Amino acid sequence: MTSPISATGAGASAAPAQQVANPPFIPSATPEQDAARARMFAQLDGLDVRRLVSEKEVRDALLERHGAATQAKLDAASVAICGCGGLGSTVAIALARIGVGHMHLIDFDVVDMTNLNRQQYSVWHVGQPKPVALRQVIASINPYLDVRIDCTKVTDDNVRDLLAGDAIVAECFDVPENKTFLVNAVLENFPDKPLVSASGMAGYCSSNLISTRRVARNFYFCGDGETAPKPGAGLMAPRVGVVAAHEANMITRIILGEDDA
Amino acid sequence: MKVNGEQVVCDTPMSVTQLIESRGLNSRRVAVELNGSIVPRAQRETTMLKDSDTVEIVSFVQGG
Repeated sequence: MTSPISATGAGASAAPAQQVANPPFIPSATPEQDAARARMFAQLDGLDVRRLVSEKEVRDALLERHGAATQAKLDAASVAICGCGGLGSTVAIALARIGVGHMHLIDFDVVDMTNLNRQQYSVWHVGQPKPVALRQVIASINPYLDVRIDCTKVTDDNVRDLLAGDAIVAECFDVPENKTFLVNAVLENFPDKPLVSASGMAGYCSSNLISTRRVARNFYFCGDGETAPKPGAGLMAPRVGVVAAHEANMITRIILGEDDA
Repeated sequence: MKVNGEQVVCDTPMSVTQLIESRGLNSRRVAVELNGSIVPRAQRETTMLKDSDTVEIVSFVQGG
């Protein structure tokens, strides 16, 4: 299929795309498609992945890759993933792959079609609460991990109870006020818990502007620090993924005893 | 005092809230570390800055 905006035909089509507002997304799934998505989700949710693989085989594979001493630390680790969007779903899956033993997935939102440009979900997850959908994805990778979910909004009233049992906190929210709230609330309530946060990841500027910085003893900051989404350069899987990988690797470093960024 | 790695002079006594405002920042989009510890949101108004202080203001933009 030929795109109406061709890269080869310069002239009029070369108008700066970032000046034009993006068109709104209007869901156009038929009721049959919505029902088929829900059926697919239910089928996958009913699948007991433990019947497909034993805990021994999963462990043997991880040990072959990571070694027993490293794996023992990963097994014992517990991480709260606050926000299961582009950052959180990517961080959680990276940590699940290396066998981080205990994860706590927190999000109040449901999966939307416009999330699929960067979040680790499939069409049949649309409409499902993000922690529920992400738990399913994680179970398809390693069904023996301890995954706890909370489909709720983190607030000053619940933050102490919600995060009390998690050793490390990953800030993976989207809205700046929510990111800021969580960072302040965690640093105020849990000064001894490592907190890995992120900001500045939109568009397709250079990956090399992204870094991990240790702001304070237990406060890490990943991202370019300033790039917000704008028309033509929104939040996209590649660059959000770079920042998510920075967060995931910092968390891995902390688990394995490396505190420096 | 030092703010985000830069030496700045403050002639008049200044609270953390005033520092945030003087830089044109939105208080609901920043976390402020004073000498390596968070300044609790409820104490920004009453926390006064000294010339020997090191301040880190971390700002958050949309994206996740």
